[in-house]
Amino acid sequence: MPDTMLRALKPTSAEEVQAIVAEAGAGARRLAVTGGGTKRSVGSMEPVDAVLSTARLDRIVDYSPEELTLTCEPGVRIEDLERLTAAKGQMLAFEPPRWTRLLASRGEPTLGGVLSANLSGPRRIRAGAARDHFLGFEAVSGRGEMFKAGGRVVKNVTGYDLMKLLAGSWGTLAVLTQVTVKVLPAPRTETTLLLFGLPDVRASEAMTVALNGPFEVSGAAHLPSFAARARPLKAEMAVTALRLEGFDASVAARAEALSAVLKGFGRIEMLDAGHSRDFWTQVREVEAIASDPRPLWRLSLPPAQGWRGPHGLPGDALYDWGGGLVWLATEEPPAKVHAVARELGGHALGLRGHEAFGPRYGALAALQARVKAAFDPLGVLNPGRMEATS
Amino acid sequence: MPVPDPALLARKAEIVRALQRIVPGEGVVSEPAGLVPFESDGLSAYRQTPLAVVLPETTAQVSQVLAWCQANGVKVVPRGAGTSLSGGALPLADGVVLGLSKFNRVLEVDYANRCAVVQPGVTNLGITAAVEAAGFYYAPDPSSQIACTIGGNVAENSGGVHCLKYGLTTNNLLGCELVLMSGEIVRLGGKAMDADGYDLLGLVTGSEGLLGVVTEVTVRILPKPQTAQALLLGFPTVEAAGATVGDIIAAGVIPAGLEMMDNPAIRAAEAFVGAGYPVDAAALLIVELDGPEAECAELTGHVRALASARGADFVRVSQNEAERLAFWAGRKAAFPAVGRIAPDYFCMDGTIPRGKLPQVLTRITELSAHYGLGVANVFHAGDGNLHPLILYDADRPGELERAEAFGADILKLCVAVGGVLTGEHGVGVEKRDLMSEMFDATDLACQQRVKCAFDPGLLLNPGKVFPTLHRCAELGRMHVHRGKLAFPELPRF
Repeated sequence: MPDTMLRALKPTSAEEVQAIVAEAGAGARRLAVTGGGTKRSVGSMEPVDAVLSTARLDRIVDYSPEELTLTCEPGVRIEDLERLTAAKGQMLAFEPPRWTRLLASRGEPTLGGVLSANLSGPRRIRAGAARDHFLGFEAVSGRGEMFKAGGRVVKNVTGYDLMKLLAGSWGTLAVLTQVTVKVLPAPRTETTLLLFGLPDVRASEAMTVALNGPFEVSGAAHLPSFAARARPLKAEMAVTALRLEGFDASVAARAEALSAVLKGFGRIEMLDAGHSRDFWTQVREVEAIASDPRPLWRLSLPPAQGWRGPHGLPGDALYDWGGGLVWLATEEPPAKVHAVARELGGHALGLRGHEAFGPRYGALAALQARVKAAFDPLGVLNPGRMEATS
Repeated sequence: MPVPDPALLARKAEIVRALQRIVPGEGVVSEPAGLVPFESDGLSAYRQTPLAVVLPETTAQVSQVLAWCQANGVKVVPRGAGTSLSGGALPLADGVVLGLSKFNRVLEVDYANRCAVVQPGVTNLGITAAVEAAGFYYAPDPSSQIACTIGGNVAENSGGVHCLKYGLTTNNLLGCELVLMSGEIVRLGGKAMDADGYDLLGLVTGSEGLLGVVTEVTVRILPKPQTAQALLLGFPTVEAAGATVGDIIAAGVIPAGLEMMDNPAIRAAEAFVGAGYPVDAAALLIVELDGPEAECAELTGHVRALASARGADFVRVSQNEAERLAFWAGRKAAFPAVGRIAPDYFCMDGTIPRGKLPQVLTRITELSAHYGLGVANVFHAGDGNLHPLILYDADRPGELERAEAFGADILKLCVAVGGVLTGEHGVGVEKRDLMSEMFDATDLACQQRVKCAFDPGLLLNPGKVFPTLHRCAELGRMHVHRGKLAFPELPRF
């Protein structure tokens, strides 16, 4: 039965989560683990017996703006966290994407889901990924054991950094029941410099110039003409965008200095703070390509190699993270997409249809399997989700 | 430490011969005099002569050494520059020290991808040296950065005074090559900004040499900020200094560095380097702001005003680069400075929620009186990482034990107020027996199963981090309770 047809178990405490997971293990049953359920279509899950949703584990436990920490249950919605932190002039600096339009999903993304998928927005190039802001957790492993790791302070090296391991584990190791993340002051203002009409390779050079200077660029994206023409930009040619954030005087000074070094790339326009925010929201949500009917891929590549991605893979691409994140709509076979991404020194994640994750080989594949078994030896949690299907 | 195995001690000659076959020439040290430099690391209170030291030059040799040791049940302790402050590189009497000092080359600098590929024996500062002509630097800056190596930084997830803004080692890595105890070689990450599959790079970083031996590291490099400016702010009370730190953060400012020193630390540093510190202040803040000049000017004024509002009675702003470096010289030399006023000291490393600082410092003062041992406090105030330096004299009977007990009390206090045992120095041997203050048996079992996934024979750096070593087979068992169901009202399958 497809897991969307199954009744969702919605525990309200860690003890209930433990009871569900332990019982599943004892009965050789398997669970789909979800937060808001918005990214359920990613990965090729094997059949499961029930859905375990953390949606009702949604309490804020502690928010200490002066300590730069926030502790809550995993089912707290990203929207709510952003409202809460914004009221104190703070933010989740990794700029969590929603991907609801992109994946045509219903529901609300949760913090637990975003951490489990290690999803980061355009500010990743400056502020780090979700994993870099994940300070501690409590969870129930696939063994049905409650355990914790990390702490509730911003600097901690006590024991293994299991936060990094759980970030990006797509719910295959443990069910989070409480998380602590780092929060940071939100920028006072922002602006975006736009360059026009650059071919991909030239845009890559422009982004490299910007990122290699002392300008503290916090967003570097390139939308080729097909993407720039789409809403909301409706530009007539390709657009390359560079975001600057911070205190007013600093942003103004950096905008001036950055404009000077980018002179050779042609006309420069600037977006005011409001338009800049809107622009980066649509970059974060990949709106320009979201309604493309073709299979959609997210390639993570060495930034200066990003523009090469579409050369081996005919299709339409746009670029974030200074070229390091390539969004590609293509009909090319999944095995080829994975292979090209690997050749270029990165990897691919498929967002529609199967074969999201590529094959892994040798000692590393065996090691990853042993790590999975350390937490979930019976394969109770999200079985097969991170495995290649081909 | 684990009790040495007499059978292994008896096999020394055979082990040395086997290692020499893998690493010919002078790559194996087994003479007593040659082993002396390897007896301890930065935590010099603990010493142990290893069975032998092997200094390979290639990843293939590292792989062969580990594979041979695994096949022969020989324990291995990896070592970088040996500057660990928690005993991470403390040898074992029946174990081999695997030194990475010959892995000292910068392999590639890739400016277009803002990264450098280096061997693990390259020093922290050596990375910056390789890229600074092009206007770049490597951000994490442990105080030992002249000597400590990037391999050791990866093992310990080292911090430094600038990690409030720029992160610890883990936030500045892109990839590594790792040799497992089996001899298998795996590559984790690369030059892309996230990795496929589980984030084993993040897991290995800070694993204190228990999971594998790093033979190559890809680090992020950053363009150097245009300018940096530092402020020295003296306060009549610790509370006022602490409150100012809170005000700075609340104003939305994340300084590049935000350090606090208490009066004994100020006096020791000033006597040692003459940095111009106010020796009568109860607490000193060093605040560094970096970025474009316009930003530094704006924020310097802002921080100054916040400090004055809290009663700062000593305010200096660096007027040039030499002065900025002089402001830092005292702080960076705080440990050796304290080393001059006492024959020995222990440096603790707990992190606390910053708001608890006055409470914690008051209690440390009480404990100092109770144990009859002096203490000086330096503090990465921005991120709550406290370094109390406990002063003692190892030649006086009982003082080492009192200092250890004092340190343990401080770390328990850190945990009790919501903090952690170690912010950047690692658990090592020093804090191993305190792990149960923070973690229960299940938490520790989860961590040890990770160890088992990497090193099922428990041969790599045993005796560090975990208070008890369970055999992997024992940890692997599933305990399924089929008794009464908890929460009978819950929806079931």
